[in-house]
Amino acid sequence: MDAKAYQTYTESRAKRSHVLRDCLRAFWVGGLICCLGQALNVIYQWAGMEEKPAGLCVSVTLIFLAGLLTGIGWFDRIAKYAGAGTLVPITGFSNAVAAPAIDARAEGYVTGVAAKMFTIAGPVIVYGAVSSILYGVLYYLFTL
Amino acid sequence: MDWLQFLHAFWVGGLFCVAAQLLIDLTKLTPARILTGYVCAGVVLSAVGLYGPLKEFAGCGAAVPLTGFGHALAEGVREAVKTDGLLGALSGGLTAAATGVSASLFFALLWSLLFKSKQK
Repeated sequence: MDAKAYQTYTESRAKRSHVLRDCLRAFWVGGLICCLGQALNVIYQWAGMEEKPAGLCVSVTLIFLAGLLTGIGWFDRIAKYAGAGTLVPITGFSNAVAAPAIDARAEGYVTGVAAKMFTIAGPVIVYGAVSSILYGVLYYLFTL
Repeated sequence: MDWLQFLHAFWVGGLFCVAAQLLIDLTKLTPARILTGYVCAGVVLSAVGLYGPLKEFAGCGAAVPLTGFGHALAEGVREAVKTDGLLGALSGGLTAAATGVSASLFFALLWSLLFKSKQK
């Protein structure tokens, strides 16, 4: 094996192990966040809430916690380790709203904070709403 | 307490994250596109009837990832079309999303009042 072939070989090996490492981290952190949600759900239902509002309260609590961690600067550190593990749960959405909002303070509260909140959340809401509308129309047509 | 529910929440939720991690590492998809794709995927999976049973099985393992947000949109639309007809297609999704979206916006404004940017 010449030097160049060896280099591409080691690079591909390094990339593979780095993908495996990222996936393991995403798996256990993401799984843990879902377990935290599950624990909150159990607590809220134990406290007497119905199933549906309990689920909504779980989301609100996780959104609150993720935003708070974003504010004190811990979220970035966890996200750097966990990658998609913190991105995919609702915590990632909360961070995507809160982080640009905090960073844009210097640009004012209207065109800075409030506008920048939607940099990532905007597309998520737009395409989420549009796909739900399309589904609603199809559902209406097929259940006539 | 149902401990098995925690186990299922852990591995199902974890696998959703692994799928996204693979998309990040192996393709050029940005996190914003992955979040958007996950919500749309949740709507589609719910529409074809897969996500409801998955949520039944994994609890928060299916509800907490953003696909669960898409599932909530689809469920909201389904209920709204049942009660309001075609108009429900427009109102159902965002009504179901309102709690999470409003909480995110409200708290984000609060955090921006309380915290300074860590960026240099």
